[in-house]
Amino acid sequence: MSSLHIDQHEKRWITISMVLLAAFAVLIGVSGFALGVQVPTLEQKIDPTKLNQDPEWSNPGVREIVPGKKYEVFLIAQTWQFTPREIVVPAGAKVTFYVTSRDIQHGFKVLDTDLNVQVIPGYVGKLSYTFKKPGEYKFICTEYCGLAHAAMFGVVKVVPPEEYGQ
Amino acid sequence: MQNDYTLTRSEKRFIGWHLFVAVAALAIGSFYGPMQAFNYAGWNFYPLLRKLYIARSYYQGLTLHGVLNAVVWTTFFILGFLTFNMIYGLKRPLKYPKLNAFGFWMMVVGVLLAAYYILANKASVLYTFYPPLQAPWPFYLGLVLLVVGSWIEGYGFYFTLHQWKKDNPGVRTPFIAFASVATMVLWQLATLGVAIETLFMLLPWSAGLVKGIDIQLARTFFWWFGHPLVYFWLLPAYISWYGYLPRQAGGKLFSDTMARLAFWLFILLSVPVGFHHQFVDPGVAPAWKYIHALLTLSVVVPSLMTLFTVVASLEYAGRKRGGKGLMGWLAALPWGDPVVASQLLAGILFIFGGFGGIVNASYNTNLILHNTAWVPGHFHLTVSTAVTLTFMGISFWLVPYITGRELCCRKAALWMVYLWFLGMSIFSEAMHSLGLLGAPRRTPLGEAPYIPPEWSGLLLRVGIGGIILLIAVYMYIWIMVHTAFFAKKAEKEVEIQVAEAMTDVQAVPEWLDAWKPWLVGAVALLIVAYTPVLIDLISSMVPVAAPAMKLW
Repeated sequence: MSSLHIDQHEKRWITISMVLLAAFAVLIGVSGFALGVQVPTLEQKIDPTKLNQDPEWSNPGVREIVPGKKYEVFLIAQTWQFTPREIVVPAGAKVTFYVTSRDIQHGFKVLDTDLNVQVIPGYVGKLSYTFKKPGEYKFICTEYCGLAHAAMFGVVKVVPPEEYGQ
Repeated sequence: MQNDYTLTRSEKRFIGWHLFVAVAALAIGSFYGPMQAFNYAGWNFYPLLRKLYIARSYYQGLTLHGVLNAVVWTTFFILGFLTFNMIYGLKRPLKYPKLNAFGFWMMVVGVLLAAYYILANKASVLYTFYPPLQAPWPFYLGLVLLVVGSWIEGYGFYFTLHQWKKDNPGVRTPFIAFASVATMVLWQLATLGVAIETLFMLLPWSAGLVKGIDIQLARTFFWWFGHPLVYFWLLPAYISWYGYLPRQAGGKLFSDTMARLAFWLFILLSVPVGFHHQFVDPGVAPAWKYIHALLTLSVVVPSLMTLFTVVASLEYAGRKRGGKGLMGWLAALPWGDPVVASQLLAGILFIFGGFGGIVNASYNTNLILHNTAWVPGHFHLTVSTAVTLTFMGISFWLVPYITGRELCCRKAALWMVYLWFLGMSIFSEAMHSLGLLGAPRRTPLGEAPYIPPEWSGLLLRVGIGGIILLIAVYMYIWIMVHTAFFAKKAEKEVEIQVAEAMTDVQAVPEWLDAWKPWLVGAVALLIVAYTPVLIDLISSMVPVAAPAMKLW
């Protein structure tokens, strides 16, 4: 077996590329698994035609778990609207979104945040975020879902904690 | 210099048919791309196109653009170019030309079938055809015929190489032929995923034999195919950069050995990476997404090897042409030759495409840009520039070789190449920026109610890029039509500039010319990377029916 001939400069170059690779792996691993910048996960599987028979999904919207601290949002995407279209939460609280579809694939992305999930019928995605600043954050459908896809959006209203619920 | 081998007339015609279908698809599909860009800029032509029966909706146009440009133009051009590489590289005819012809016509029938349903606005499902959007079953059958036809052409290459190896024991396979077969092997592994999705899920479901299919599972099979697909587009461009460009630029290939090693690494690493398109899919566990992220990032190594070898070969050429100093060699390259300039410009934008690709693949950074305009911004640097501009450069010598006519309008060809570079730079930069702001992809942004006024400058730049590209692409079509049918007959055959390597080809180690270990490794890695997730998904499927109403 003849041996592999690699030019000196190229050897160095390949070493650099491997070091880069290792650095990327560590950086995304640490930020993801240690610092919590995480991708969405699966909460449950559910028959999309039976959402109305489920106690949680028959009444989508915001749930207060710990006042001012912890909230849950049950959000349904369907052609061509989100239910609810408007979500109100206090600033500084950890908000966990459970998102699913009643019909076809949609997308759920909240602008100016890293909230982003592919909305797949039959699957409930789970993702969390803490809105630090009060304001209006639009959320939009990011997957093609037919003719009026471009009109499918909603808004998260983040209010100062002291004004929440008034 | 005379070519030391000549293709027969019927071989040239066979390759010519591939290029004809490719360019015809590009001619139709490229009309719709700029129409999307114009919609972004606020110039909405769709009401007019609807009146003229050219497109019923933005999405029919988008489906046509995606399918014709990204699937038909690429696949047919690639198979034509690879057929040339096999015959010219091995200096022998295909072993079973009829088998390859059968594969080709099967592909044509498949394309016509799928195209009918798209043109009739019955299959505006975009080129990812994500269920539960549902097209009529013959549309999916058309896709199956296209894929299986391409497999058959690949099998024709395998038989030809096998015979050549038998007749030439101990001789290293010529690079362009080796790399062509490697490309088809990668394609074979990649398309298994989409074949399973189409044959076992979409076809029976659209034909009404089963009521529902699991959508997450279908996506997973699709992306098993969807990312290596881009390497199937890319590797033929690499064949040109390694196998032809060094000589076209006036030099030699820096390292034949490393070129082959890069191709083997692509076969090994480019398939088990699909979850990096599914980072935000709920049904795949984060650990597996992370593993696929690492495998995707590993592709950095053969990519940077390619960059090194290609740049080293070009530096050699530039210095031979009298270029001096640190960067003088770059200026000394033949930037006025459309064949070379197209590939150099393709390579420059591909560097940015590569950077963007690393961002896409980096697990949590994907949260910012998944399904945003960043993504089409990215792949217009890769498939639509690195690949397409290189293919255009190839066609500037391959079409004259086939038709025996001179390349028409050399100056226009040169202008066209630079216009493409400029148009894509403007378009793509604006798309990347829009994506970072959160603009969704696959959306007529000109009509979206949530677009803030601050984005209008970027949207306008998308439109300006579209104008330049619309001009450039029809200049290309014009040049092709004239070169194929009307240009002056050439006095002698086009010289085929296959690059010589600086090192002795026989010095390539034997294990870099042996298929078995690499194939076993690739299949093993594929099994490890997919089996647990597939078992998990298949063991608890949620059947979903097609929507009751027509959505487009």
